[in-house]
Amino acid sequence: MSPKTLYDKIWDAHVVHEADDGTCLLYIDRHLVHEVTSPQAFEGLRMAKRPVRAPEKTIAVPDHNVPTDPTRLQGIKDEQSRIQVEALRKNAADFGIEMYDVDDVRQGIVHIIGPEQGWTQPGMTIVCGDSHTATHGAFGALAHGIGTSEVEHVLATQTLIQKKSKNMLVKVEGELPPGVTAKDITLTIIGRTGTAGGNGHVIEYAGSAIRALSMEGRMTVCNMAIEGGARAGLIAPDEKTFEYIKGRPHAPKAAQWEMAVEYWKSLRSDEGAHYDKVIEIDASEIAPVVTWGTSPEDVLPITAAVPSPEDFQGGKVAAAKRSLEYMGLQPGQKLSDIEIDTVFIGSCTNGRIEDLREVAKVMEGRKVKEGLRAMIVPGSGLVRAQAEEEGIAQKLQEAGFEWRMAGCSMCLGMNPDQLSEGERCASTSNRNFEGRQGYKGRTHLMSPAMAAAAAVTGRLTDVRDLA
Amino acid sequence: MEKFEKLTGIAAPLPMVNVDTDMIIPKQFLKTIKRSGLGVNLFDEMRYDRQGNEIPDFVLNQPAYRDAEILVAGDNFGCGSSREHAPWAIKDFGIRCVIAPSFADIFFNNCFKNGILPIALPQEQVDLLMKDAEKGANARMTVDLENQEITTSDGQKIPFDVDPFRKHCLMNGLDDIGLTLEKNAAIDTFESRLNQTRPWM
Repeated sequence: MSPKTLYDKIWDAHVVHEADDGTCLLYIDRHLVHEVTSPQAFEGLRMAKRPVRAPEKTIAVPDHNVPTDPTRLQGIKDEQSRIQVEALRKNAADFGIEMYDVDDVRQGIVHIIGPEQGWTQPGMTIVCGDSHTATHGAFGALAHGIGTSEVEHVLATQTLIQKKSKNMLVKVEGELPPGVTAKDITLTIIGRTGTAGGNGHVIEYAGSAIRALSMEGRMTVCNMAIEGGARAGLIAPDEKTFEYIKGRPHAPKAAQWEMAVEYWKSLRSDEGAHYDKVIEIDASEIAPVVTWGTSPEDVLPITAAVPSPEDFQGGKVAAAKRSLEYMGLQPGQKLSDIEIDTVFIGSCTNGRIEDLREVAKVMEGRKVKEGLRAMIVPGSGLVRAQAEEEGIAQKLQEAGFEWRMAGCSMCLGMNPDQLSEGERCASTSNRNFEGRQGYKGRTHLMSPAMAAAAAVTGRLTDVRDLA
Repeated sequence: MEKFEKLTGIAAPLPMVNVDTDMIIPKQFLKTIKRSGLGVNLFDEMRYDRQGNEIPDFVLNQPAYRDAEILVAGDNFGCGSSREHAPWAIKDFGIRCVIAPSFADIFFNNCFKNGILPIALPQEQVDLLMKDAEKGANARMTVDLENQEITTSDGQKIPFDVDPFRKHCLMNGLDDIGLTLEKNAAIDTFESRLNQTRPWM
């Protein structure tokens, strides 16, 4: 038998049917639904009088448009948002799906709560009508975003019609320098490969620097596989993975736990397995990075200067010109001279407890610069509760941060947390697209530590300079 | 799903790389619980100013392209969010075919579920079609799915690839779920095997 990659193994274990042309029917182990991309899917089921095939394999949570101020518990003011959340509630009840509602401490960003509840496990296929489903790949699960038609397809059949992607290996070897985090790794990879570099591929992240990351860090890396264009990103599970899952509400119990771990241990790429594309990165060369433009591939070390459109080729020349104009930046300007108005800490990329601890570490003995709006939106109610228990929440509030309820918030600005025209944000989220965080808002992506550093000085700042 | 067989229409040029789904349909329009009515908000922030007035320079606001049925665009079209609202908006506007050097994966899939044909072609051929599209309303292009061929306004023919299964579904307007439910027995068998070998899943 020829050697297989981790992706090959998970794929093969889920093929229900394969047609002559290679089109496969793939079994889906877990499905996560949220309020924005599911109403039309449930409506489709109702119209066709179709039930949900396996409601116990689906969970529902409102996250995208829920407000993050505590008044949301008295009801969501925005009518359309309220209708979407009510629709999710009704759909979950009608079709027998477990839901973590707005007032449930387990509510949070769908990609944070899956792992948190032990719902996400190695070797599973996991889908959600959201592109950042790639996050769950950190557990060695094949996880990817789907459209609403596919949400309906999974609800009705617990399968997806798929063609296999190619294998891509991103190997990060060596030790990260101080001040450099998982977010810097993942942004650096996208800077290197471009946002289309992973198109048609599933990325496996490997190497000593990836293995050295915590589960939280691995989730940050896999989360942004989609920004590199890949269908999914995954990391072979190891003891850290098992340790993280053990004892969580949906984790396998008793004898099944032993059985599961034994199976999970087989989930690694075989020696000599074939990859269609290989990228190697030396961890010691990665610096704290920020984005300067309106594509996640516009990544540079914080020590660099804003590039000029002439530095690029092809269609990217015009794109860079447009980006600079949108971002209000001049070629040659030092990145560390760029002043900001807002700091956003949160999202499925960086809304976990470790991220908040990192921010707290940088903020130790420091304050948010006067006049800045600085906001922390924990990824889930449980992350929020844990940060409160650890005393982080209080310290960060004293330092000048707003302490919010869980949700997607300013990552995509579907709720009231938005940038206003021309406002510039140091953001731990995943996309710096035009208008993403608010009409004509300007986003610089970075790690939580770097966002905290920016909160202290009021400009993009090398966190290593604060040490 | 509406069938796609052969289309002759105006092609609008959008020579931008990395057109993301946030640009195609900004977040404020994702709060709908319907699939229809999004065409008016297609490319909203490039198409209208803050007061809702049309920005005359934007291609779909130009008289020649208001009835475009084909879009010719730059590399990595449809990147970003999985929102199917993007193809819904494109379709609702009246565009049935998008041509670009490459597409983001989820967007590409979503198109086929909505009767839209996305065609990936080498950069040189997209450049040629972009030039043809720039000629305006009198330069109508033909996209023939059955013969997998685009004909430019001056009669030049460009072949394209399409996955045979997806072609079959598009040409016949087939509903994926109906097709999959025909394989229900295979899904049952898979599930009972799964319950034995990996019961914790």
